[in-house]
Amino acid sequence: MSSRERPRPLREVVFVDGVRTPFGKAGPTGVYAETRADDLVVRVIRELLRRNPALPPERVDEVAIAATTQIGDQGLTIGRTAALLAGLPRSVPGYAIDRMCAGAMTAVTTTASGIAFGAYDVAIAGGVEHMGRHPMGEGADPNPRFFSEKLVDESALVMGATAENLHDRFPHLTRERADAFALASQQRYAKAVANGQIGPELVPVATRSAEHGWGLATADEPPRPGTTLEGLAGLKTPFRPHGHVTAGNAAGLNDGATGCILAAEEVAAELGLTAGMRLVGYGFVGVEPEVMGVGPVPSTERALARTGLTIDDIGLFELNEAFAVQVLAFLDHFGIADDDPRVNPWGGAIAVGHPLASSGVRLMTQLSRQFAERPDVRYGLTAMCVGLGMGATVIWENPAWEGTE
Amino acid sequence: MSTAVFADEVVTEARVRYLRVPGLAGEIALVTLDNGHDHTRPSTFGPGGLASLDAALDEIAAHTPAPAAIAVTGKPFVFAVGADLSGVPAVTSADQAREMAETGHRVFRRLKDSAIPTFAFVNGVALGGGLELALHCSYRTIASTAVVAFPEVFLGLVPGWGGTQLLPDLIGIDAAVTVVVENALAQNTMTPAPKAARLGIADAVFEPADFLERSLEWAAGVLAGSVAVSRPEVDRTAWDGAIERARAVVAGRTRNASPGAVRAVELLDLARHGVDGEAFTAGTAAEDDALTDLLTSDPLRASLYSFDLVNKRAKRPAGAPDKGLARKVTKVGVVGAGLMASQLALLFVRQLKVPVVLTDVDQARVDRGVAWVHGELEKLAARGRLSADRLNQLTGLVTGSLSKDAFADADLVIEAVFEELSVKQQVFAEVEAIVSPECVLATNTSALSVTEMASELEHPERVVGLHFFNPVAVLPLVEVVRAERTDDATLATAFAVGRALKKSCVLVADAPAFVVNRLLTRFLGEVTSAVEQGTPVAVADRALDPLGLPMSPFELLTLVGPPVALHVAERMHEAFPDRFAVGEGLRRMVELGKTSVYSEPGVVDPDLAGIDAGDSPLTGEQVRERAVEALAQEIGLMLDEGVVQAVQDVDLCMLLGAGWPFWLGGISAYLDRTGVSERVTGARFLPRGVASLPA
Repeated sequence: MSSRERPRPLREVVFVDGVRTPFGKAGPTGVYAETRADDLVVRVIRELLRRNPALPPERVDEVAIAATTQIGDQGLTIGRTAALLAGLPRSVPGYAIDRMCAGAMTAVTTTASGIAFGAYDVAIAGGVEHMGRHPMGEGADPNPRFFSEKLVDESALVMGATAENLHDRFPHLTRERADAFALASQQRYAKAVANGQIGPELVPVATRSAEHGWGLATADEPPRPGTTLEGLAGLKTPFRPHGHVTAGNAAGLNDGATGCILAAEEVAAELGLTAGMRLVGYGFVGVEPEVMGVGPVPSTERALARTGLTIDDIGLFELNEAFAVQVLAFLDHFGIADDDPRVNPWGGAIAVGHPLASSGVRLMTQLSRQFAERPDVRYGLTAMCVGLGMGATVIWENPAWEGTE
Repeated sequence: MSTAVFADEVVTEARVRYLRVPGLAGEIALVTLDNGHDHTRPSTFGPGGLASLDAALDEIAAHTPAPAAIAVTGKPFVFAVGADLSGVPAVTSADQAREMAETGHRVFRRLKDSAIPTFAFVNGVALGGGLELALHCSYRTIASTAVVAFPEVFLGLVPGWGGTQLLPDLIGIDAAVTVVVENALAQNTMTPAPKAARLGIADAVFEPADFLERSLEWAAGVLAGSVAVSRPEVDRTAWDGAIERARAVVAGRTRNASPGAVRAVELLDLARHGVDGEAFTAGTAAEDDALTDLLTSDPLRASLYSFDLVNKRAKRPAGAPDKGLARKVTKVGVVGAGLMASQLALLFVRQLKVPVVLTDVDQARVDRGVAWVHGELEKLAARGRLSADRLNQLTGLVTGSLSKDAFADADLVIEAVFEELSVKQQVFAEVEAIVSPECVLATNTSALSVTEMASELEHPERVVGLHFFNPVAVLPLVEVVRAERTDDATLATAFAVGRALKKSCVLVADAPAFVVNRLLTRFLGEVTSAVEQGTPVAVADRALDPLGLPMSPFELLTLVGPPVALHVAERMHEAFPDRFAVGEGLRRMVELGKTSVYSEPGVVDPDLAGIDAGDSPLTGEQVRERAVEALAQEIGLMLDEGVVQAVQDVDLCMLLGAGWPFWLGGISAYLDRTGVSERVTGARFLPRGVASLPA
């Protein structure tokens, strides 16, 4: 028997603040072509600390940073290297985490669980993906048994192909619907930027270019404000001849980093940190890898079931738009209209981009900022699909909610 | 300026981008200085680099809408390190020199006169012209890890692209004297960013992790009026005192023998008129004059030659065998536990971090030696130079032993016992009986024959001379002595160890007293014999002042120690009785245990009365002539004997082992330019143009 006598109450966990770098286009002409991935994370961590001077750096108990490809400048246990490079006290530990696209989301749920359990008071969680320096699947070595034993179809490892598979499964989710959703994403994003809703959470990043000299990234590079339905309709379908999935109705290949501060609610109060969201619950569920995009459906079902909420309790949805069809499959399942204003009100990854492991905290940061604007909304949901067939959902409560129980 | 002058210039390009910065309505035109290489080849300004900056400023001036500010920063880790001196040898006329000076002024002044506010974001090292560029801007930020300096006076130049005028106007004349003159003459001491900011050289310090982002944000704040920049009021009444101090520093460090230092003080004096309009025009014109004179002067060419020797030849020693032949040194034995031996033990343990064993003839001496090393390590730790863990490690590595058995697994044993051939031979014989056949046996002898020392050993090929200079921790030279039978592996190991000890090694033959001691002894011998024939001590001791040596002959004698000087003199007299005398005065000093000819500054010790009692006194000029002619003769003979590979090695030895000044080129450049070498040896040591103006 343990001699431990102290009780172990669970603690509420709050999302204090989130920031991100502007997202860039991956590749040799992208804004971050000559900028290191770890430097992007360092900027994010330093900005979080600058924006929250009430948080003494030594009170950070963990730094969890996600990356899908953990080699080179995303290797060497990036949570620890970034913490050291950011100038956090050496007593602050860090680690690297990977659940592909849901990396940062998992960094949040994992550290939040540690806070709830009482192992940490404050944590920094985030993610980075420099897809220019680390193309998807770099260095991967899938076990041949996957194919010899037909554990997965070959298409399961090609994300665009899994999206085509989703169109097969749900034939009523047509390319036209996907393109219309994509157009709305671009338009909603542009409007949010114009309204100043997107922008304040961005961390300017000095960008090196040997050819052009230093620059400063202050805005997202991927959005295509001139997008039209006609233009979208004319795009090629690279994953299948005469298919559905195009560069226009999917997220691109991007570079970027995100991060947030999580704290026990009582510690946040003690330190004078404001809570942007309160964690309600989360769920991760696996699905067939060939249709990984459907993952958020069962993960959301699980999160709702475990928190005792229903889909009708959710007032705002921040869904990662890896592919339009994959969001449509979610909405279709829950009976939500394609253009429901509660869903991705500021646009999504189709416009802003999706630097794999970083995106989860972008969703949360955005939801938190929407909560502040919307005291009428009590609950919000962040969800995303994950390669090799998984879904991830985190449900949050709005501390600014003005309603009554 | 004609491009032919700087044909091989690595051009620093000025690249412009127009940046949107949060909180600022307009754009900031950011100029990045980048020579296309990594930080190991810092950006410099030659004619091409200045032209690129000029063109960038043209482009910005033509840009619409006009930017809210112009900012300049550097490539990663480097701001800019000044003028490209590699092109100076090709500057052969006063017109070319003046054009170089004027072009820098003209281009940099565009930043000072700009109607648009200008910023320098000093992201890394900023030296000379790099710092001057920054000083022309309205505001400066600096990365907390950056350093700034004006190395010009150290090199025999002046900060002549506005530095002598702008710096005193910004930080006051007293601090400017420190930065421009005093620091430069103190082994080119650099100023770290926090101190630079305290002095007022920079307005804000930011950490490197987000230096550029914070600098841009700060600049936006300054432009918007939300960030206030406060600078100390410059005390205009401080000029006379500070200039007097500067003159004293220059006289003390150079005896006014370096024209660059003297001119720098004159220019700083001129800066009392400020840097507005006409005053700045006059100040920069004076800088143009100074640069023109200095760039076309022999002392500067000698300085650049010295700089090149110290930075290039010292790192790739001439005649050293293939590095691959070197054996690993994982344990070191030191025979002797006296002060020299203990200093060597300290150096070896600090740099090699391997076990070091001291032995001596009795336990008390061994204990004293080990205790001294441990004590020095403690002092380093107390000063924050060693961490507690490192102190524990190094302390544990230094042990003492009465028995040489402790050397059994040593890879290198160095002796620093009494300077007596038979004693050293016996030591090596005892050590050889214990160590492996490959163990290198090194001697720190200053004058004995290494070949004779090795002659009775079974493996004489493993014996080498490693001649360090006192104080060992300070003087950067090691003369690596190849004895007759020293093999390449031993020699390669000696060079590898020297390099690991962070010393500069020069290969010398096993000739009496090698290089530095031979020349210093010859030179000192001429001065002491002048005294013995009746020249007053004061006259003889000041006779060499015009050369600007770091100390007078008798100060040098005190530093070396009369007993060591006597030992070397006796040894040299044995070898070359015609040229090396053993002065009676020196014998008397040693007999009386005197460490100086002076009992107090300027007063000859009464106990030594009569040392200058001869009846044929010389004038100071005659003493100097004799001394420098003796040097020329001795160097000529050393080259004939093959003591070194080339005269460059003699110069390198004198620069690093004796601290002789850059403007003498070690010494050969001085002997050449004064005609002494031709008079004495019939030829120059170096062709015109190598360490002097071209023909």
